[in-house]
Amino acid sequence: MNKRIYERPLLRKVVEGIPNKFGSLKRLRPISTIDNVEIDSLIEEYGSPVFVLSEKTIRDTYKNAYRAFSTRYPKVQFAWSYKTNYLDAVCRIFHQEGAWAEVVSGFEYEKAIDNNIPGNKIIFNGPDKSEEDLVKAINNKSLIHIDHFDELYMILSLMDQLKERPQVAIRVNMDTGIIPQWDRFGFNYENGEAWNAINRILSSKKMDFIGLHVHIGTYITISKPYAVAIEKLAALANKTYNRFQKSIGYIDVGGGFASQNTLQGAYMPATDTTPSFDDYAHAITTAMTAADFPNNETPMLILETGRALIDDAGWLAGTIMANKRLADGRRSMVIDAGVNLMFTSFWYDYEIYPVHESSYQSEPTTIYGPLCMNIDIVRKNIDFPMLNKGDHFVIKRVGAYTMTQWMQFITYRPNIVLIDQNEKVHLIRKQENKEVFRRQELVPDYLQN
Amino acid sequence: MSKLNSLAISDNGFIFKPSTGESFTTNEIGLMIINLLKEGKSADEIISVITEEFDIDAISAGRDLYEYLDFLKREKMLD
Ligand SMILES: Cc1ncc(COP(=O)(O)O)c(C=O)c1O
Repeated sequence: MNKRIYERPLLRKVVEGIPNKFGSLKRLRPISTIDNVEIDSLIEEYGSPVFVLSEKTIRDTYKNAYRAFSTRYPKVQFAWSYKTNYLDAVCRIFHQEGAWAEVVSGFEYEKAIDNNIPGNKIIFNGPDKSEEDLVKAINNKSLIHIDHFDELYMILSLMDQLKERPQVAIRVNMDTGIIPQWDRFGFNYENGEAWNAINRILSSKKMDFIGLHVHIGTYITISKPYAVAIEKLAALANKTYNRFQKSIGYIDVGGGFASQNTLQGAYMPATDTTPSFDDYAHAITTAMTAADFPNNETPMLILETGRALIDDAGWLAGTIMANKRLADGRRSMVIDAGVNLMFTSFWYDYEIYPVHESSYQSEPTTIYGPLCMNIDIVRKNIDFPMLNKGDHFVIKRVGAYTMTQWMQFITYRPNIVLIDQNEKVHLIRKQENKEVFRRQELVPDYLQN
Repeated sequence: MSKLNSLAISDNGFIFKPSTGESFTTNEIGLMIINLLKEGKSADEIISVITEEFDIDAISAGRDLYEYLDFLKREKMLD
């Protein structure tokens, strides 16, 4: 006999007053496949939880972004921001699509080299470059984006170890109307520090000054600040030309485009508010074209877009561990993935879906991760259908900053798989196990038994 | 059971409590439980009705039933 689908009995008080801010409750449709691969089968084969990346989405997103810029401006170059997701398979997909590498540490630099990126297509950013990193990167003709005066002087002091002329740009910070102003990175525009740095570089005659870099922040939901930044960089480029008769090769506007994940506290879902690549491209390329660069030259436009290129391609599938009532009667659910894997849930309201239809009724629910910490909250308040222990869920848009910022706390980090364009599944990062940790740890002799 | 009889309950699960003016909604199984309670059925009897009709084991159905009864008590619809 075919029994009917069970759904837990539910009683809910009708509260008068402000209705839900998104209007009436929409029924959450289950998501049971990613690129036509059954989520249940992924969990069965690769364990729970499991990160899943869609190669098709990565390539489609990249192509869309590249199209938006390259149809509006003649010289466009993306550089994949390694910190956003530095799994080799992911980096190589972006590199195949034509992206250079943007790295911020010796570790990321080594990864880019191992991914076969020629030195002169690696942008080395950030305040964390050791002497050894710098010598290697300069000798590989990589693009060094100087962050502070100590770095500038360190390069000058390394001249006798260098086989190549350093190819340098400076990172500039400035007021673009964005709060907070990221003024801890690079040289300030308004107080003249950036201009001083350029003077120091060019008067040394020991380096090639090739570009100007700015990264105004992350999750920037308006495109105007980019236009302001470009205007200021163009002014610096002109001043440089007038004093030194040198024109720069590129303007690097950094990253910062918002993804479609909704920030906590946002009034509207990001899917309604996030600008498209075309919106950003319009503002940025219009500003590039309007800016009077010296000699009527058109510098190359470099973009270090991270989040907006990879968030959509990542999914996290897992299992419900328990349902609980909190002391005040609210419903809560414990799932097997927490802030250890989703550091980003501290600021995003992630979209979570059941994998199967289970219930037509939803209830305001707090979703907790499995860690023994009060702050392990994946969603504070979401209208979620009643799932049972053992049911599967899937979280959408987790491609950016999860698989790099995750922490190993209490438990092992899970498998990561990639679904290729033919819908074939590949393991691209193995789940950790006790051997991984045994290899790293040493027990002093006197504690051996 | 007298308290349950004083409630106005519609077929689609809308419950009105005249004594306080409060309204509640319940789902199909919730409505079924309330009707069985009104008929004077015991918890065990209700559980077996549920497990016969729905795809659920007795332990899970029981757990959910007691949680539901708890709610009804908390809202003073049941003694
Ligand atoms: C220098 C630099 N470039 C690019 C990025 C990527 O930014 P996003 O992911 O916001 O696009 C970052 C991120 O912080 C960065 O610091």
